Amino acid sequence: MTNIDKNTPASKMTIGGEIYEAGNAREFKTGDWRSVRPEYIPEKCIQCGLCFPVCPEDAIPVGKDQKRTDFNFDYCKGCGVCAKVCPFGAIVMKTEGE
Amino acid sequence: MSIRERLSGNEAAATAMKQINPDVVAAFPITPSTEIPQYFSTFVDNGMVDTEFVAVESEHSAMSACIGAEAAGARAMTATSANGLSLMWEMIYIASGMRLPIVMSLVNRAVSGPLNIHNDHSDAMGVRDAGWIMLFSETNQEAYDNLLMAHRIAENENVLLPLMVCQDGFITSHSIENIELLEDEKVKEFVGKYIPKHYLLNEKEPVAMGPMDLQSFLFEHKYQQAEAMRNAKQVILDVAKDFEKLTGRKYGLFEEYRLDDAEIAIVCMNSTAGTTKDVVDILREKGIKAGLLKVRVFRPFPAEEIAKALSHVKAVAVLDKADSLNGAGGALFTDITSAMQVNGVQVPTSSYIYGIGGRDTTTKEIESVFNDLMEDSKKEKIENPYRYLGLRKE
Repeated sequence: MTNIDKNTPASKMTIGGEIYEAGNAREFKTGDWRSVRPEYIPEKCIQCGLCFPVCPEDAIPVGKDQKRTDFNFDYCKGCGVCAKVCPFGAIVMKTEGE
Repeated sequence: MSIRERLSGNEAAATAMKQINPDVVAAFPITPSTEIPQYFSTFVDNGMVDTEFVAVESEHSAMSACIGAEAAGARAMTATSANGLSLMWEMIYIASGMRLPIVMSLVNRAVSGPLNIHNDHSDAMGVRDAGWIMLFSETNQEAYDNLLMAHRIAENENVLLPLMVCQDGFITSHSIENIELLEDEKVKEFVGKYIPKHYLLNEKEPVAMGPMDLQSFLFEHKYQQAEAMRNAKQVILDVAKDFEKLTGRKYGLFEEYRLDDAEIAIVCMNSTAGTTKDVVDILREKGIKAGLLKVRVFRPFPAEEIAKALSHVKAVAVLDKADSLNGAGGALFTDITSAMQVNGVQVPTSSYIYGIGGRDTTTKEIESVFNDLMEDSKKEKIENPYRYLGLRKE
């Protein structure tokens, strides 16, 4: 029942917006709040590990090999903190849609 | 056999609450409803109920506590009046939006200012679009009966809306009348156990209530509330039918008093209906075909049914005990005329604002309204539809 979107009819929605399961925050895709987006430039990234701890949304996936990959845009709100902390210019903020 | 008693309206409401024996009552004293939590707290103290009585510090907290309790899975009730209801206002919408079937006893009083503690309907009219079912009561008996029916309506799975039972402050709340009570056991059986489908204290189903509901969803949730309100109409009638089997007392969406063959009719709510019935009887003896339509169910508003019931009369007066201060008649008048217009009923109808701040409304004044209606019924168009009853102008 958390899997609802702007096309879900009233008859398929729970009353009062109630959610009958726990741990559902991940169902709430907040990425569409974004007006600017971070662009990841792997060639410049040396995997220093400074960016992912500062991400408030945990939107920078890190693998078992301790290496980060591209952003998870389902949740990235485009706050730009990661771009600010990156010493190597491996993250550049771009206006959304450009 | 039912129990014959004599009780004030507040005693009747408190007695109903005692027999319903809810899990939680959270209330704050305010004239003229103070006695309801006062009597109820003595029931709690004397061990006559199992209720947790929450002595809150304000009405905002009273409604908040009811919301918390009801969401947790408990049956919660409260009582208030006027400015107490005003202070609840924010939470009134939360209760209905969260679809919590809380039941309130509202003892109608003028909302200040200037300061006035006496009866009119301005408190109830302030929450008429808040998503609560609203039942109005002419007598102490009706205040009692409506409360006994309240939970069966509010908790119905096709409804799940909060409900308030209104009665007139002082006029019924502090007047002692004969009343027929049901035995405790019969009330218990009639009201039944509250078994919520989803509730916060269910450890097997963690549930989030009242979450963020932005542009993509709130519209649909409000539509669901409106649908529930539409569903409530039939549920109210079904519950009334069961109640009639139990007590012999018959309730509909509204009461038609000598309306069948009436040529002129008054529409009103609560205790003024009693005064109007007297006048109708007097006029009928004189051969004047007067009638009354007493609205019991104000929300949901029985638009189609009322329009039909009034379709044969020649003139209608709608009495509002609250001025909407919009320069265009009272709230009940607006609803009634809208109902008639939409259903193709063309009857000259006028608005009377009356009884503000507890101003007495006498049989003589009601008779003057019927006299006006006799004049109106001869005209094609009413020139002055926005009228006052019992007002000193100059």
